[in-house]
Amino acid sequence: MEPMTPLAAIGGGLLIGTAAGLFLLLTGRIAGVSGMAAAATRIARGGPPWTQAAAFVIGLPIGAVLIARLVRSPDVVVTSSWPLLIAAGLLVGFGTRLGNGCTSGHGVCGIARLSPRSLVATATFMASAAATVFVARHLIGG
Amino acid sequence: MRGFIPALAVGILFGAGLALSDMINPARVQAFLDVAGDWDPTLAFVMAAAVVPSAIAYVIRRRLSRPLLADRFAIPESRILDRPLLGGAALFGIGWGLAGFCPGPALAGLVLGIWQPWLFVAAMLAGMAVHRLIFDRPAAAPRKLEG
Repeated sequence: MEPMTPLAAIGGGLLIGTAAGLFLLLTGRIAGVSGMAAAATRIARGGPPWTQAAAFVIGLPIGAVLIARLVRSPDVVVTSSWPLLIAAGLLVGFGTRLGNGCTSGHGVCGIARLSPRSLVATATFMASAAATVFVARHLIGG
Repeated sequence: MRGFIPALAVGILFGAGLALSDMINPARVQAFLDVAGDWDPTLAFVMAAAVVPSAIAYVIRRRLSRPLLADRFAIPESRILDRPLLGGAALFGIGWGLAGFCPGPALAGLVLGIWQPWLFVAAMLAGMAVHRLIFDRPAAAPRKLEG
C-alpha cells in the first residue's frame, strides 16, 4: 500500500466536511451515513426524509467512481474473510443504530459542533476499533 | 421529491472525498487503527480537514432561521451520556476494526468491482434491522433524533 500524500488526505477531508456542512445548511440535518442508510432502506422510523436519504446514499458510490475515473483508481485491499465481513457488518449496523451514529455523524459532524455525546462516542469507537485491531493483529496474529 | 438533487449532489461530494482520501480502502483505515504496527496517519488528516468546513457550516447555521430546503433544523440536542451511546459506539468500533469498513466507505465502495463491500453492507443492514426488532417496536418510547 502506497503512502498517501497529506494533500490528497486533506483534500478528501475538505470534500467530506464541505458535503456534511452543505447537507446541514440545505436540509437542516446531520450528514450521518448510518442514519441515512437506515432511513433510505426504511429500517429507521423517522429520521431524514426518504428521498433525501436515498439520494445521498446513491451519491456516495457515484462520487467514488468519479474520483476513480478522473483522479486515481483506488488500490482497495480487503483482507477479511466472508464470515469476518458478516460479523463486522452486523456489529457496525447494530452498533451505529444503538449509539445513534458512526464516523460521519459522531466523528465529523459531532466533533464540528462539539457535541459531548459525539465526542464521547468518537473516543469510544476509536478506542474499541484500535483495541480490536491490536487483538486481531498482534495477539491472535493475522 | 423535495431535495433529491441537492442531496444527491452532496452524497456525490461526500463519496468523492472518501475516495480521494482513500478512506474507501479498508487496509488504509486498519493501518490507522493499528497503533502498534506500521501506523498510517491518513485518517487523522482526513478527519481534521473534514471538521473545518463542517464547523464553519455550524457557525453559518446560527445566522439562519431555517435551512434552505426544509422548515426547521433537526439537530440532536441531547447531552446525556448513556449506556446505549457507549455500548453502541463500542460495538460499532469492534466491527469497524474487524473489517476496516464503516458505513460511508462501504456504500461508496459498492462500485469498485469487488464483492466484499456488498456482503458487508448486507450484513450492516441486517444488523440495523436486528436493532429495530429489539428496540424500536411501535409501542416503544418516543424516537430519539438521529445522530
